[in-house]
Amino acid sequence: MSDTVIKVENLGKKYLISHLADKREQLFSRLLVNKAKTAGSKVMDMFRSAGGGGGGEHTTEEFWALKDVSFEIKQGDRVGIIGRNGAGKSTLLKVLSRITEPTKGRITIDGRVASLLEVGTGFHSELTGRENIYLNGAILGMSREEIRRKFDEIVAFAEVEQFLDTPVKRYSSGMYVRLAFAVAAHLEPEILIVDEVLAVGDAQFQKKCLGKMEEVSTSEGRTVLFVSHQMGAIAQLCNKALLLDKGELIHSGAVNEVVNHYMNESSRNLKGYEIEGSLPDKEIVILKAQTFDAEGNIAVNFAHNQEIKIIITYKVNKWVNGSAIRVAVRDSKRNVFTTDTEETETFAQHSPKQGELCASVVIPAGLLRPEHYFFTLSAYLPNQVTFNLVRDALSITVYDGGSKYAASEWHDYGCVFVDCKWSVENVS
Amino acid sequence: MNSQPSHRLVIEAGRTELHYWKDLWRFRELLYFLSWRDILVRYKQTVIGVAWSVIRPVLTMIVFTVIFGKLAKFPSGNAPYAILVYAAMLPWQFFANALSESSNSLISNANMISKVYFPRLIVPGSAVIVSLVDFLISFVVLVVLMAWYQFMPSWRIVMVPLFLVMALLASLGFSLWLSALNVKYRDFRYIVPFIVQFGLYVSPVGFSSNVVPEKWRLLYSLNPMVGVIDGFRWAILGGEAQIYWPGFLLSLSLTLLVLYGGIRYFRKTERIFADII
Repeated sequence: MSDTVIKVENLGKKYLISHLADKREQLFSRLLVNKAKTAGSKVMDMFRSAGGGGGGEHTTEEFWALKDVSFEIKQGDRVGIIGRNGAGKSTLLKVLSRITEPTKGRITIDGRVASLLEVGTGFHSELTGRENIYLNGAILGMSREEIRRKFDEIVAFAEVEQFLDTPVKRYSSGMYVRLAFAVAAHLEPEILIVDEVLAVGDAQFQKKCLGKMEEVSTSEGRTVLFVSHQMGAIAQLCNKALLLDKGELIHSGAVNEVVNHYMNESSRNLKGYEIEGSLPDKEIVILKAQTFDAEGNIAVNFAHNQEIKIIITYKVNKWVNGSAIRVAVRDSKRNVFTTDTEETETFAQHSPKQGELCASVVIPAGLLRPEHYFFTLSAYLPNQVTFNLVRDALSITVYDGGSKYAASEWHDYGCVFVDCKWSVENVS
Repeated sequence: MNSQPSHRLVIEAGRTELHYWKDLWRFRELLYFLSWRDILVRYKQTVIGVAWSVIRPVLTMIVFTVIFGKLAKFPSGNAPYAILVYAAMLPWQFFANALSESSNSLISNANMISKVYFPRLIVPGSAVIVSLVDFLISFVVLVVLMAWYQFMPSWRIVMVPLFLVMALLASLGFSLWLSALNVKYRDFRYIVPFIVQFGLYVSPVGFSSNVVPEKWRLLYSLNPMVGVIDGFRWAILGGEAQIYWPGFLLSLSLTLLVLYGGIRYFRKTERIFADII
């Protein structure tokens, strides 16, 4: 018995994109003439073959949405599929769920597959909640008996008891989504394929969905494939990840490693700060600055549970007693929420009082919540004079590396993680 | 946790054949649910509801009886002209409804097709079933009509289901062609209403096919609905209504040919539905 449940070998999917050979021909009048000319040959083409492209004066371009993708997934793996828009994630899921056929390659799947590429597929707005539960269940591959058995559970999960016999067109959008997700969440396949369905509903419901997904995948040993742009959700839910880029599989492995790789690959901002032009004639000048992860690699994307290290190189032209280097951390809403400073003297003890110096500061792990942050650097003499100020010299992104708030990633839940003490007692 | 080889699925280019018919069976409940949905939805927010599926054939029947029976004075044999017309109206309405419903069925379910896997045959199939339900409702009217005219059918009435199956196969055959073609060539959206309108006059609905000159009978039977309608009349009217056998067999074999071709074409294009819909 092999524990590989999905084996993908050299998978390729080609699409044909047709466009007019000449841009000028897109003028409506010309288009009509052109259409008339090609219509005849098209009709012939129609009878001749079922497949084939538009033909005529249109040019078709091949587009490979997936190129030579191979991987294996083992029983019980929870695999996150990440990549930028257009990387081929959804195409991969569509091919895996048999909605569309691959052009090349081979997939072997052992087990019953259910795919959830959208919540509420096949919902009919004229039908009542009750009717839609049955309909949607059947579309997702549940038997009538199975739906009947889980009916109460689905209704309770969706919190729509009162409105069961109301047409869903009168539902609020929240109720609609809750009901749709509830049906899907009660599927019991051996392999579950999910596309970005958590990006719906309010934060509270998202959390519930993520919880349900986690319960389903971890407690029941089910294999899950999950596409999301929320790195927090991926990190929390999955143990493995695949990274796709332009249709190719470029990285796979443990989830944290792949997510990290993706976050840093995908940003253009790795350069950090470096002064340009001639050096200003000031007492202290900041030359360059850069952010690093704990291993000392240049990084601009950090999981919330990673340390952030900033190294600032500056030049002291003339020693001023009491002068200091300062880092101000600002979030994307332009609130400065913390500044930290260190007197240059501390550094000076280890090094000559003039020349180039290097200061490093570490922001502890588990402090900053997912957000974009900007660092403003300055060299100054407290309450007197600022020698050098570089606004927003560095920017970093902190993403959720699987905290308990992962479901509400990118919703505003504050800037810092605080480990508050809670206690609950019964007062009745 | 045991990996059952029975669930092993291999996906390769051009290889959907193996599981297809098994899957079709596995998804039979979806066929039921889709038909059920369309029936439920159809008459929601209408005042007289299901009566609509009766009113349309009855009104057409009245018009045809007046025009062909009273004004043109076509022969009707021993049966009242109204029953002669209605006996043909039943299978024709079934066929026409099935065609118009199913040709658009894939497109109106485009969302499902691009998001969920199931054998696509179910979609036009359920459209045909919905029309079948309408047929059964309209059939009640025939019984009422017979009681009204105190017309006693002969033993042949038990053969109706047989001809109904033939009508079903004809509808399914054409539906498969049209629904699949419509996905790629939306021209069929305009062609189908025309076929339905035109077909009403070239099929022997308002008149008995006996009025067609003998030498044209065989040619006339190239229309598969001629065989079906003649069969219905033979079974319902009894007595003088006779089946023109060479024509009937021609209609029947054409029906089967269209169905076979329809399944082939549908299965061939089905694989790219999600990409082009």
